Amino acid sequence: MRRFCIKQHVEYTQITMNLEQTIHGVTFKNPMVLASGIMGITASSWDFVVQGGVGGITTKSLWLTEHMGHKCPTIISTENWMLNAVGLPDAGVEKAQQEIGAFMKNKTVPLIANIVAGSIEDFGKTAEGIAKLNPNFFEVNISCPNVEDEFGKPFACSAPDAAAVTKLVKKVSGKIPVFIKLSPNVDNIGAIALACAEEGADGFTVINTVGPGMAIDLRSRMPILHNKVGGLSGKAIKPIAVRCIADVYKATEGKLPIIGTGGVYTGEDALELMLAGASLIGVGTAVADRGIDVFRKICSEMQLWCTNEGVTEVSDMIGGMHRVTSNQ
Amino acid sequence: MSSISLQSSLPKTYRIIDITQETENVRMYTFDGSLGAKPGQFLMVWLPGVDEKPFSVAYDDGAHTRIAFFAVGPMSEALANCSVGDLVGLRGPFGTSYEWEPGQHLALVAGGYGAAPMFFVASEAVQHGTTIDVIVGARGKEHLLFLDQLESLPNVALHVATNDGSQGFEGYNVTVLEKMLEVTQDTKTDDPAIDQVFACGPEIMLKATLDLCNKFGVPCQLSLERYMKCGYGICGNCVMDPLGVRMCVEGPVVKGEIASKLDEFGKYHRDSVGRKHDF
Repeated sequence: MRRFCIKQHVEYTQITMNLEQTIHGVTFKNPMVLASGIMGITASSWDFVVQGGVGGITTKSLWLTEHMGHKCPTIISTENWMLNAVGLPDAGVEKAQQEIGAFMKNKTVPLIANIVAGSIEDFGKTAEGIAKLNPNFFEVNISCPNVEDEFGKPFACSAPDAAAVTKLVKKVSGKIPVFIKLSPNVDNIGAIALACAEEGADGFTVINTVGPGMAIDLRSRMPILHNKVGGLSGKAIKPIAVRCIADVYKATEGKLPIIGTGGVYTGEDALELMLAGASLIGVGTAVADRGIDVFRKICSEMQLWCTNEGVTEVSDMIGGMHRVTSNQ
Repeated sequence: MSSISLQSSLPKTYRIIDITQETENVRMYTFDGSLGAKPGQFLMVWLPGVDEKPFSVAYDDGAHTRIAFFAVGPMSEALANCSVGDLVGLRGPFGTSYEWEPGQHLALVAGGYGAAPMFFVASEAVQHGTTIDVIVGARGKEHLLFLDQLESLPNVALHVATNDGSQGFEGYNVTVLEKMLEVTQDTKTDDPAIDQVFACGPEIMLKATLDLCNKFGVPCQLSLERYMKCGYGICGNCVMDPLGVRMCVEGPVVKGEIASKLDEFGKYHRDSVGRKHDF
């Protein structure tokens, strides 16, 4: 193996630090999770991502019945940001059952089933259909900013709506822990998290994309995304993710696990989200820039940083910022 | 594995500066800029307000970019109605390209409008001292593409096959390849062996090419096509079973040893929501 040194004295190949995380009884070999919407259409694509060193897989958002999504351009980016308005295309629960079923046969990492619906009632029906396949967690997407034209403001923008979805999904999900994916595009994300927690949410994914945003082509004077607007992700949104994770962690007193997602490209980014309160780290946009093995790279960087800083348990980082600031 | 650093993931609009009608169905557009594409790579072509789809690069000389296309759906039909001076968004180049070694003997198999990227390959590869046999196939002579351009290149031998026998060999271009390999790969003959076969065209033709190359033990590179949205490895629409490889990053030009492991190759493809459809 090629040996190389980054910045400091410890080499990658020397590090064997354990990054394993156990959340609600489910063990992840490392905290890195494929974020929903990335490479998540088929069982074979999840297997391909597993080869990139990921600790867990999140499916694309699954609908009860077929949902077509938007026309292209749906995903555009620069080195600092990405805008997407894919519009959550999916063939419905029946196809999801085939793909999840195929993956579960030879499952090597935990699977998080992300579900979406246009009505509170349909969230329940979708969860019921997917629960039979026994995914490790549910992630409930109540926060996609680019289907507003079809469904109005996301449920995540209203505490009563977010709580109602949580209540119904919890009712049909059996023993499968339910994570609610929250929107950063709200006044008080902590209050919304608390409303979901009161209805039994087992954890949160923080955050979905920011905005929506828009990009315009100069020569044609046209918005580039066919949907005109799309959710913002990538490096630019990390500070918003960190603040939102910190708010949710504080509002729920650190009692519920958080999958922190938003602008993570490096091991140091991942550790920063952990200090804000995340236990697992979702990565999506960085796949485009650092390759499908971005998960392995980030793990190596986390191990390097922790080893050099004398951190022996990566779990000690989770919520670390709150413990320091509460002592001041 | 990582994406190409020079590629643009944000479309930029270019003006159409030339339009040629290559055959009854195939048009070629030239744009006022280069994206530095290599033969086999593709671009996402955006028609503002209509849609965006992947197109093979027919040519990129460092100053201009060309695409050749057949209007088969709403987007390409709208594109076909464009005029010189109209704006079209381009982003890329994306994906893998054909690779050769200087001095190699290459056989290029082109089916239908697959002749466009094959002309790009030939025009670049001959600059590296390669010798090329190119076999262009089509339903009938009215659908044959780029014959004059291919014939004008040095060290390129042109072979033609038409299903109806209206020009060249009557039958498939792959049959011509088979006859060629029987001779060139026979060590008792003096004909120089073919080092690599490159193919671009309908999937059934690609599958037949792969089977032949495996039979004769000749390395091949094939240009595969799957439904694409992002073009750079994010959306997952173009993954192929069972490897899960992305045709926009690990493809579209795939080596024979990888194509041989793709169970869905020649059998089925997936639509925009990931549902399977048999060929």
